[in-house]
Amino acid sequence: MEPVLQGRGLGKVFGAHQALQGVEIDLFPGEVHALLGENGAGKSTLIKILTGAYQPDAGTVVLEGAEVAFRDPLQAQAAGIGTVYQEVNLVPNLSVAENLYLGHQPGRWGFLNKRAMHDGAREVLATYGLEIDVRAELGSFSVAVQQIVAIARAVKLSGKVLVLDEPTASLDRAEVERLFDVVRRLKDRGLAVVFITHFLDQVFAIADRVTVLRNGKLVSTQAISGLSRTDVVRMMLGKDVVFAHAPAMTEAAEAGPALATFAGVGKKGSVQPFDLTLHQGEVVGVAGLLGSGRTEMARLMFGVDSADTGSISMGQPLTLRSPRQAVAAGMGFCPEDRKVDGIFGELSVRENIVIALQAKLGWFKALSRDEQDDIAGRFAEALDIRAANHDMPVRLLSGGNQQKVILARWLAIDPKLLILDEPTRGIDVGAHAEIVRTINSLREDGLALLVISSELDEVVAYSSRVVVMRDRAMVAELKGAEISPQVIVQAIAAQEGAAP
Amino acid sequence: MNRSLRPLAATAIIFLIAYAAAAFQFHGLVSTRVLGNFLTDNAFLGITAVGMTFVILSGGIDLSVGAVIGFTGVFVAVLISWAGIHPLVAFVLALAVAAAFGAAMGAAIHWLKVPSFIVTLAGMFLARGAASVISADSIPINHEVYDWVSQAYWKMPGGGRISLIGALMVAIFVLGALIAHRTRFGANVYALGGNPVSAELMGVPVARTTILIYMLSSTLAGLAGIVFSLYTQAGYSLSAVGVELDAIGAVVIGGTLLTGGYGFVAGTFIGVMLMGLVQTYIIFDGTLSSWWTKIVIGVLLFMFILLQRLVFRAQAARA
Amino acid sequence: MKLRVQRLITPQSIALVAVLVFNWVLFPGFFSVEWKDGRLFGSLIDVLNRGAPVAILAIGMTAVIATKGVDLSVGAVMAIAGAVAATSVEGGLSVWAAVPLALVAGLACGLWNGVLVAVLDIQPIIATLVIMVAGRGIAQLITQGFIVTFTDPALIYIGTGSFAGLPMTVLIAAALLIVTTLLVRRTALGLLIEAVGVNRSAARFAGISALSLLLLVYVFSGFCAAIAGVIVAADIHGADANNAGLWLELDAILAVVIGGTSLLGGRFSIPMSVLGALIIQAMNTGILVSGFPPEFNLIVKAGIIIAILILQSPVASRLFKRA
Repeated sequence: MEPVLQGRGLGKVFGAHQALQGVEIDLFPGEVHALLGENGAGKSTLIKILTGAYQPDAGTVVLEGAEVAFRDPLQAQAAGIGTVYQEVNLVPNLSVAENLYLGHQPGRWGFLNKRAMHDGAREVLATYGLEIDVRAELGSFSVAVQQIVAIARAVKLSGKVLVLDEPTASLDRAEVERLFDVVRRLKDRGLAVVFITHFLDQVFAIADRVTVLRNGKLVSTQAISGLSRTDVVRMMLGKDVVFAHAPAMTEAAEAGPALATFAGVGKKGSVQPFDLTLHQGEVVGVAGLLGSGRTEMARLMFGVDSADTGSISMGQPLTLRSPRQAVAAGMGFCPEDRKVDGIFGELSVRENIVIALQAKLGWFKALSRDEQDDIAGRFAEALDIRAANHDMPVRLLSGGNQQKVILARWLAIDPKLLILDEPTRGIDVGAHAEIVRTINSLREDGLALLVISSELDEVVAYSSRVVVMRDRAMVAELKGAEISPQVIVQAIAAQEGAAP
Repeated sequence: MNRSLRPLAATAIIFLIAYAAAAFQFHGLVSTRVLGNFLTDNAFLGITAVGMTFVILSGGIDLSVGAVIGFTGVFVAVLISWAGIHPLVAFVLALAVAAAFGAAMGAAIHWLKVPSFIVTLAGMFLARGAASVISADSIPINHEVYDWVSQAYWKMPGGGRISLIGALMVAIFVLGALIAHRTRFGANVYALGGNPVSAELMGVPVARTTILIYMLSSTLAGLAGIVFSLYTQAGYSLSAVGVELDAIGAVVIGGTLLTGGYGFVAGTFIGVMLMGLVQTYIIFDGTLSSWWTKIVIGVLLFMFILLQRLVFRAQAARA
Repeated sequence: MKLRVQRLITPQSIALVAVLVFNWVLFPGFFSVEWKDGRLFGSLIDVLNRGAPVAILAIGMTAVIATKGVDLSVGAVMAIAGAVAATSVEGGLSVWAAVPLALVAGLACGLWNGVLVAVLDIQPIIATLVIMVAGRGIAQLITQGFIVTFTDPALIYIGTGSFAGLPMTVLIAAALLIVTTLLVRRTALGLLIEAVGVNRSAARFAGISALSLLLLVYVFSGFCAAIAGVIVAADIHGADANNAGLWLELDAILAVVIGGTSLLGGRFSIPMSVLGALIIQAMNTGILVSGFPPEFNLIVKAGIIIAILILQSPVASRLFKRA
């Protein structure tokens, strides 16, 4: 059989960052093709090239044997390639029928033919097993229904390839089933469906083949029937290193006294209650796939989200309703999304470094310019932040240096507990090693660190304990000799309900 | 109930209660004569508010409408009284100028990627300034067409009169509602106000729609300017100062969400009527001073902003 | 020292000088300043004097805009403050009670705006619209619809008096400028406000309380508006609820934008905004003294906004990059 859509040697560069390199993908009619990879692996770049949102810097896209170059998603859609994103890309304030027909409404004498539109919408949705009031506002329906409407629209307008970009991220089990039912119908109709998710169960439930990307490169494309869950996790997280001999463990937890205790802390719909105690001078690694609840756990610990169960104590009981309180208690947090939650792009490197300390000191105890220069200089040197000068806007720095600036910001408040969420993501190799070194030296200085990372070999290298997250719950805690890539991968890949 | 209907229902209920209470106190309020005057007196505001409804539905704001009313009045007066051009020709020219003006603002908003509030602010200065430069004084208009139009009315049972300009406003509202709810352009306006990114991805012609929206608003403001000149039989550069605020107020009180996407042209009609009722009540009362109008409208505005915040909070939290 | 001089050469200062020179060409007596009755007179002094209210509004508006907000209510707040001051002195209060009362009224309006924006999380342009609409009604309520004139010499002195040869209004504006600039730059307020304006989410993660900062900037803006309102009332010896401060909110926003503070928040400079206010006033005065009808003011202002918008637009920056 001929593939309906092919990507040949696709590459894309953003600035100095090679987001995608030499990726090959074939999509056949009537298959569900899962596309897997961690954040930054290149999934969304690949999808955006296939659907016309980006133009590739290298390679070609071939649709039904003919090379195509789409200027924008509308063109790709007209040619047969439709996309449905996780954030439903419809207009919530319009009715279901209007969303199905926007841009292509049936008309009569310049006016909309609403009856034809409603009848048509009812008919189309019935083929997906959806019987709803098509005149009602789309936003009044659940995300699952909105997803199906989005799929119906994409298929109605395209009809050859359907790309589903994390459609299940915010659905519950029953809704996922309903969505899969729709996907199976489409598969039977002969569509090629690309399915992006980070839930392994779903991959095995629906996909025929998987393609795994890592760091912008193709790891492998394989039929799902020949794969185990462990195989898939290994392809996503580790190179071959994962199963090479694990590096020497840091001497089994000779950690100091307990610093912070989180007992039964949880939040409905975010993370199930977990217990965790952090000691001075230890690094606790957090492993788990995207969407496993690892980031949500960190957000509860830092007061970004308020927990609705459990208690926190750091010497004394602590109620966290905002990060401000966590900072006052001696915590620092380097967030996963540096651009959105971390850096102040327009502010200078110096200001970015002193801002948390200044916020902690209050409005009127201002750090003088000399003090600011001194602090920025000290930490820039300690962390080897490479900036032409400390007065340049931080947005001009590389990702690695920006990450070090945020790290410096927290070191400046002399924290007791530091939470790092994916500190090495999107950072070049050199800076990567430096950050790992810094983590180790901070531990030696007596700090407690909680490090979330999807780089398993890295987690193994610096953690004295590792907790594993899966399905929004803490499912395992590994100590000492238990810490090895194999054990972690198995814990992550373990089937729901089975013992970790 | 459909969420977007709630503010509209609230407006309607408040209007009915207010009207009933006012009518209970002043029986004179229940007459076709009051109704007829209601329509005539609020005609220019109503016509402006229809255009403003589209702008706000799309998530924008148009601060220039009051100035466009002033400009059109002066422009028409100059053409008729100084240049001796027939009023109907003058009307067409004035509407064309207003339309071009709105299109230019829409184009600037789309291509310069600036908030509509700044662009229309510049438009307000420009239109007000141009009107003042043409003539700083009020220009009287004496023409048989003006005499005829201002006398034209239909009799209603009960002795009330629906004037031509009052009827024109009602017609504009009907037309506005048709455009908003029954045309592609209308659907595109709602889509832009709901989620501009999605709308573009779904094939809504964003540039064309944006330009058309501001063109519509300015054209209707121009029409309102003509109506205002018919009403006052003059053109004055400083007329209709602050009407943009009244129009925005009528739209919001009429249940349209100020951030766009939700609302009805019919709601704006009730909003205009509610504002007119406040004014009429204060006149009927005689002891209350005119400034209570502004305060009551401010309070209503605040109530509706708060109400919308509550009704739409769930959605905001989810987004 | 050399660095200091360089910092004074900005597009804004060049624009101001250009406008002044242009005025001088149109009206050769523009720069002549004379000493009469113990104070300075002349067009330049006039620019400072007439520009003071907008400059004062711009000081408060700068902080608001730096947080990504805008305060549309300042014109109406001016009317309220003027009304409070005028009716108080006419009611027999001394100026020492009347002026603080007016300032408290401004603070209260600012607090109202701040609560809507910071606590209820309503868009600033919408939140401040309420007082913009209702404020003049409230001012009329206070004055009972009259233009309340007063003869209290102390209150009039605030608007028309002079000290050390300079008009009081100029001195008040200058004092406010200096105090505010010192306050935001010698404390951490400036940095924290900029941080909130640049990235509110990151500010939260860094432990900054955006809520109290937002309340502060709106309260301060109300305070500045009240000062401007008292000055304007004192200048005309009366409170005109309908016309005091009419459209000045737009001039204040324009002054801030000319001063280089982005409407998208972030970096701000209060002295630059004051310079922006002076540029606007220099043009107004220039048009007046050179014999053009004052109506041209509006057109020139519109022209400036359009020019700034085009210069700052993505289209222009693309063109510059290519060049």
